[in-house]
Amino acid sequence: MSITTLRGDTPVIETHGLRRSFRTRRGEVEAVAGIDLRVDAGEIVGFLGPNGAGKTTTLRMLTTLLEPSGGEATVAGCDLLREPRRVRERIGYVAQGGATDPTVTGRRELVLQARLYGMDRATAAARAAEVLAALDLEACADRKGGTYSGGQRRRLDLGLGLVHKPQLLFLDEPTTGLDPQSRAHLWEEIRGLREQGTTVFITTHYLDEADALCDRLAIIDHGRIVAEGTAEELKREIAGDVVTVGVGNHCAEALRLLEHQPFVREASIDEGTVRLYVERGEAAMPQILRLLDGGGITLQTISLARPTLDDVFLRQTGRSLRDEAA
Amino acid sequence: MRVLRDTLLVFQRSMGQTLRNPVWVVVGLMQPIYYLFLFGPVLKPVAQLQGFGGSAYNVFVPALLVQMALFGCVFVGFGLIAELRYGVIERMRVTPMSRLSMLLGRAGRDIAVLLFQSTMLVLMSIPFGLHITLSSILIIFALLLLIGLGMACLSYGLALLLRSEDALAPLLNAVFLPIMLLSGMLLPLSLAPGWLRAIGLAGSTVVVGIAVAAGLAALTISWAARSFGRSVA
Repeated sequence: MSITTLRGDTPVIETHGLRRSFRTRRGEVEAVAGIDLRVDAGEIVGFLGPNGAGKTTTLRMLTTLLEPSGGEATVAGCDLLREPRRVRERIGYVAQGGATDPTVTGRRELVLQARLYGMDRATAAARAAEVLAALDLEACADRKGGTYSGGQRRRLDLGLGLVHKPQLLFLDEPTTGLDPQSRAHLWEEIRGLREQGTTVFITTHYLDEADALCDRLAIIDHGRIVAEGTAEELKREIAGDVVTVGVGNHCAEALRLLEHQPFVREASIDEGTVRLYVERGEAAMPQILRLLDGGGITLQTISLARPTLDDVFLRQTGRSLRDEAA
Repeated sequence: MRVLRDTLLVFQRSMGQTLRNPVWVVVGLMQPIYYLFLFGPVLKPVAQLQGFGGSAYNVFVPALLVQMALFGCVFVGFGLIAELRYGVIERMRVTPMSRLSMLLGRAGRDIAVLLFQSTMLVLMSIPFGLHITLSSILIIFALLLLIGLGMACLSYGLALLLRSEDALAPLLNAVFLPIMLLSGMLLPLSLAPGWLRAIGLAGSTVVVGIAVAAGLAALTISWAARSFGRSVA
């Protein structure tokens, strides 16, 4: 008899060609253009992409809120299209904009939510108290939601998503708009969930969040997954270093001059700078200086860095996430 | 069983919100009271006209009750738009709860408020000279329940469709005004010309009235419940 391990061989989410198009006045728009995704039990998987890339649409399909236009998916062991009700029993969802009424107390919201998942009155009350304690919300449990701070409200949203102990939790942009301390606090809560065996699926456009929290990442752009792997794997794909050269208005000339040099693997222009992916940054910098000098281009700034997730993102999508987040 | 349980949960939540801020129940009751005190006396001489169909208050109080059912329930969709904006509806749609209950729990609250207001109005009208029997009270309350249910569900369905107060207000007014005028609420339709009486189904029996109200309620319930269940982008 084989022993089933938690991690690695049980897909909690598995999709094949999942897509969704919307009809607009200008015709059909494909928001999600066929996604193949696999998430295993106990993982924290990050879904990274700029606004409008299809992150939320994918999430809304996987949480039964939006009917897919095509493809198939299994979520928490149930068929998404044929058994949406059973999927709902097994998952939790924390929406981007929150989900609480400002005139209702946190405790009331939690008790109602627990009862909607089928718990009786006493069990629901006990479970609500447990969640309030775990999320450090006891002090404001009986105050109306409208009086909560941003961090408290977000923790209550998280509590509502996991009051029924789902095996799979979806978080849509969980820390958007939070101060750094509240973000760190929430990250701790999310890491704690993994320790209890909960699978977590997060969308984010914060690279530090993806880097700090996620076991695995999928980068989505224009409704397609363009890269997938651990943060380290993705960074390793961009071998070598990144040299960023500031040349003011002469980017195009500088790019022409540098892009075909043997030591340059890839080059691109990004907002008044030229980004060069090179084998060995220390060796490349003197050569770059010499070439620019010879070409009559005045160098304003030059910097050398190890690749970050933003570089991965830029390479895969041609856009920088940093601008989106700013 | 599930539907019943979930409906009760949503009803309790909605009722709790209403009771924590009962000013709307009172405001809803104020309007017919104004009519009772400030418009009723004007009707007394008019009631002498041929075809008015009874004493002033016996014609007027049922009209006020219908007005309250229409007015009180037609605008409930606004509360739902607020809940949509807070994300409460989406949160409920991710749970396995019954979609029909999301509608019926809320409409149940609206009906409970309406029946409370109606009882108050009937009691207040008796000193003014309303003559009414218990059986006719029961019949008119059944009718009010159906009218209120139909209106509330129509309002919820439109709110889910439009998702914006700016669009909902004019549309509800456009629906509400002809219904109000055809109900014979202001003056009895028995005074109207034949074609108007025909459109308003004036002179038909109570059974026909209840059947029409029940039909409309059933129609709007099934439509609005489907809207709650359907994926909304």
